[in-house]
Amino acid sequence: MSGVQQPKKETMNAFDAESIRRDFPILHQEVHGRPLVYLDNAATSQKPRQVIAALDHYYSVDNANIHRGVHTLSERATAAYEGARDEVKQFLNAVDRREIVFVRGATEAINLVAQSYARPRLKPGDEILITEMEHHSNIVPWQMVCEQTGAVLKVASIDEAGELRLDEFYRLLNARTKLVAVVHVSNALGTINPVREIIQAAHAQGAVILLDGAQAVPHVAVDVQALDCDFYVFSGHKLYAPTGIGALYGKAALLEAMPPYQGGGDMIRSVTFAKTEYNVLPYKFEAGTPHIAGGIGLGAAIDYVSNIGLNVIAAWEDELLRYATARAHEIPGLRLIGTARRKAGILSFVLDGVHPHDIGTILDHEGVAIRTGHHCAMPVMDHFAVPATARASFALYNTRGDVDRLIAAIVRVKEVFRV
Amino acid sequence: MSDLRDLYQEVIFDHNRHPRNFGKIANADRHADGHNPLCGDKLSLYLKIDNDVITDIRFEGSGCAISTASASLMTERLKGMKVADAEALFQKFHAVITQDGHDADSSQLGKLSVLTGVRGYPARVKCATLAWHTLEAALHGKGETASTE
Repeated sequence: MSGVQQPKKETMNAFDAESIRRDFPILHQEVHGRPLVYLDNAATSQKPRQVIAALDHYYSVDNANIHRGVHTLSERATAAYEGARDEVKQFLNAVDRREIVFVRGATEAINLVAQSYARPRLKPGDEILITEMEHHSNIVPWQMVCEQTGAVLKVASIDEAGELRLDEFYRLLNARTKLVAVVHVSNALGTINPVREIIQAAHAQGAVILLDGAQAVPHVAVDVQALDCDFYVFSGHKLYAPTGIGALYGKAALLEAMPPYQGGGDMIRSVTFAKTEYNVLPYKFEAGTPHIAGGIGLGAAIDYVSNIGLNVIAAWEDELLRYATARAHEIPGLRLIGTARRKAGILSFVLDGVHPHDIGTILDHEGVAIRTGHHCAMPVMDHFAVPATARASFALYNTRGDVDRLIAAIVRVKEVFRV
Repeated sequence: MSDLRDLYQEVIFDHNRHPRNFGKIANADRHADGHNPLCGDKLSLYLKIDNDVITDIRFEGSGCAISTASASLMTERLKGMKVADAEALFQKFHAVITQDGHDADSSQLGKLSVLTGVRGYPARVKCATLAWHTLEAALHGKGETASTE
């Protein structure tokens, strides 16, 4: 859709990270006099030139407001934006394009489900079940709904490896559980949750389930039909797309039964002061002029990763993570936070005698960008009794050389702090 | 490019490893908790004040090298100082670490000037000021947790 040549599937069999890197202009710069090593992908990923070109093309050639326009530019913009919806539908293997609602990101999608699905349905004493490893965006919207409805928030804990305690999760799941909201891949720990089993168990109790896929979609192929999940949410910007765009997948029957989240233009079929008739799916949930360029950029990003193949990307990132984990074990005093058997893309750690923020500053000096802090998962920090962690996170353009630079920079931290 | 050694001076390592005035004051006249929500740094500050003079000051908590050293250096400096002078010093300190062109003031900071390196690291300024914001909260006694936000 971007009109720019993309990597062909057949050339990608042997993963060629160097050729991938050429697609990401931002990677080719120096920071503090050292070539940039970008390992903050779990916060946001960099954008390939194919996505940048799609944005450039849209604003240079097609920019117009969508829907209801009879002029050529509006028709082109509408076709591109709605084409992106088809890309998302295919990406998640949804049954129907009506099941894909464009939102600002995973956070907005969760709030939409909390306010439009949960709030009108929940009664005092009903339960929402989440896990201890959730991002704040999959905690706070449910706390708000519980305050509004009198429902009770239940939290299944994690073990020392950062894996969900499934036995406890199953014990907490019962006939009062009306909604289950679980992260697919933890942003703080990298844990991949056994979502298929979780979904089956939730459905067996009659609960509806939402998966937070913000950290999953760049690393794991998602098939919402095979999973049979009710809601799936993700943000575009962690998937090489622009910020401010994401998607909510919801089963059509559920979305049909939900009231609109916001009122405004585009979400109506007709408006009079006596009665307003809402638009059909998915437009009922898309009030106002959307992030058209963002949607188009998301479509281009999905094109980009699909052409390479998510399974190919996952295999490469898994190799990187294994290598980084092995190298990290060589460093005395380094403790990994999150050692689940199934992980994706995340190396979270602490270092004896050095606060994560000091690690982050010194790594930056070495040209290595990581994230330090609580990663919007304060309960996870409490669980491991650390105030914060340092987190390196991988994307398809990272290399073993990047890992070596990371390790060398951590060794440098220890020299500077003499620990 | 700022040199890492401008930020992490020897005095900072020393105070990070061996923070001065670390602990509680049982009968503190003033107390406040400080929190930097961005990085999770937390500290509690305790003061004894007699006749508008800070006669004792202690802190406890956890934080990065900059925030721990800053709290340690602050307590060292403020012990025996008049409350009004302590507040004036904070204004000076804050100006020096957040704005250019305060080099003259920098000379009045004494040992605290080892923290002026944070000026080159905007993300770390809050680490250096957490203890001081907590001091403000303790002196003005609103009973709320001081926040760098």
